[in-house]
Amino acid sequence: MSRPAARVLPGFNLTLGYTLFYLSIIVLVPLSAVFIKTASLGLSQFWDVVTTPRVLASYRLSFGASLLAAAINAVFGLMLAWVLVRYRFPGKKLIDALVDLPFALPTAVAGIALTALYAPNGWLGSLLAPLDIKIAFGPPGVLVALIFIGLPFVVRTVQPILEDLDTELEEASASLGAQRWQTFRHVILPILLPALLTGFALAFARAVGEYGSVIFIAGNIPMVSEITPLMIITKLEQYDYAGATAIAVVMLVFSFLLLLAINGLQAWTEKATGRNR
Amino acid sequence: MAGATSLHAAADPAVRFESRSATREAPWVKWTLIAVSLAFFALFLLLPLIAVFVEALRKGWDAYIAALVEPDALSAIRLTLLAAAISVPLNLSFGVAAAWAIAKFDFRGKHLLITLIDLPFSVSPVVAGLIYVLVFGAQGWFGPWLQAHDLKVIFAVPGIVLATVFVTFPFIARELIPLMQAQGKEEEEAAVVLGANGWQTFRYVTLPNIKWGLLYGVILCNARAMGEFGAVSVVSGHIRGLTNTLPLHVEILYNEYQFAAAFAVASLLALLALVTLAVKTWIEHQATQSGDASQ
Repeated sequence: MSRPAARVLPGFNLTLGYTLFYLSIIVLVPLSAVFIKTASLGLSQFWDVVTTPRVLASYRLSFGASLLAAAINAVFGLMLAWVLVRYRFPGKKLIDALVDLPFALPTAVAGIALTALYAPNGWLGSLLAPLDIKIAFGPPGVLVALIFIGLPFVVRTVQPILEDLDTELEEASASLGAQRWQTFRHVILPILLPALLTGFALAFARAVGEYGSVIFIAGNIPMVSEITPLMIITKLEQYDYAGATAIAVVMLVFSFLLLLAINGLQAWTEKATGRNR
Repeated sequence: MAGATSLHAAADPAVRFESRSATREAPWVKWTLIAVSLAFFALFLLLPLIAVFVEALRKGWDAYIAALVEPDALSAIRLTLLAAAISVPLNLSFGVAAAWAIAKFDFRGKHLLITLIDLPFSVSPVVAGLIYVLVFGAQGWFGPWLQAHDLKVIFAVPGIVLATVFVTFPFIARELIPLMQAQGKEEEEAAVVLGANGWQTFRYVTLPNIKWGLLYGVILCNARAMGEFGAVSVVSGHIRGLTNTLPLHVEILYNEYQFAAAFAVASLLALLALVTLAVKTWIEHQATQSGDASQ
């Protein structure tokens, strides 16, 4: 039996063994508990729990607001990345560093800060109240929190691709008579598209599971502004572990599908741009 | 001369685009785009950050300091530091081991393993807390056994640490894996052939190459460990002075309408976030510099 070339470096068994052991006890075994616990519910019981009107309303809000927030972030995140890569203006370095704030700022802090801004008596809320626009304590508040959380995902996936763009492409396009907008639309945007979609999907995935920044500003009105993670908390507080777990299964299955999609998108980005990262 | 230009370009890639007529826009387009993106940035990122500090100082410095030195706040600070002090080293050793196995060796299922390591990022924090309740809670798998031995995991410190470890699990590994993969294994193999043992090879060959990536991962892991809310909230039980971390303490104060105190504690976490971003930017700068030097 021929073996591949002998391993020169030591530590394969030790490091892989430790990796698998640690991964199993921290992630895989506890996660499997969700599926095993749910199996104790019958299928029809499971279906009843995850399709009660209140839970259905929470899916609509969680997925709807997350999609909308990710779409808004795709537009403004692309614009912000563009401005940071293409233009020179004062304060640019500081802004570039602060874009990652939502990654670093604890979600509870973001939640109470946004509430302070957008509550009817808050800095921005009091400006909007005379116009009869209400942001905090309703679905628009959820949207605001999810925009905050998702912004860096789009900026940070698009930015490196923009930085690596060859100026030759745009020069060729211009010399062939294309307007600047046409060049953007037909030359630059197709190159950015995989990264933009990846950023969109990452922002969406994060928003669906987000809890801390949302619950303060949402108002948590049943059937109106309850997000799906809050439904899990509500069930837990009623000691309805099976119910909480059933909703968790729905969220997990959805996250796994999204994770697969994101992996596919990232592979596409690497192929499309020849980046190896 | 060419060297100076490229160094300048590395400092700001915009020069490359702004200096060519084919890759720049009319000034009104440029400034409109800058104005719109900065307005968006100010509205959604800058203003909330400013709000934290303004609200924290609304009742003056004395009230601010009082909110931070109050016993429950101090015990929340202690617990937050403890959770980070346990979870960061655990995930650091895991990250290094996983990156070594994945980057330096070939084996089947490598892609699956990388995907599984990323898994905690796509799990909602609330679900992350729930899974430990299902395993260690009173009605969970080990619940009866733990009770019989008078041990508490859920609604106690171990549960908080576990939930924190889970949500910060991938940070260091996902920073190191692509970095060590890109560096290959020739240098380590040379060291081993020259007689270095495994530890010496790691310490003197690998570590200097990955130190910035390692630090970067540690900084981000630490920020998340100290700031986690959802997962910790599920397993904590919110016992004042015992199982409250800083973010949970913020929530309690806020729900009791002690807004100035809530924002005072929140401002500590916001400062932590700003320090994290500053260190992160510094590391990125250092990494680019040393990258330039080695080329």
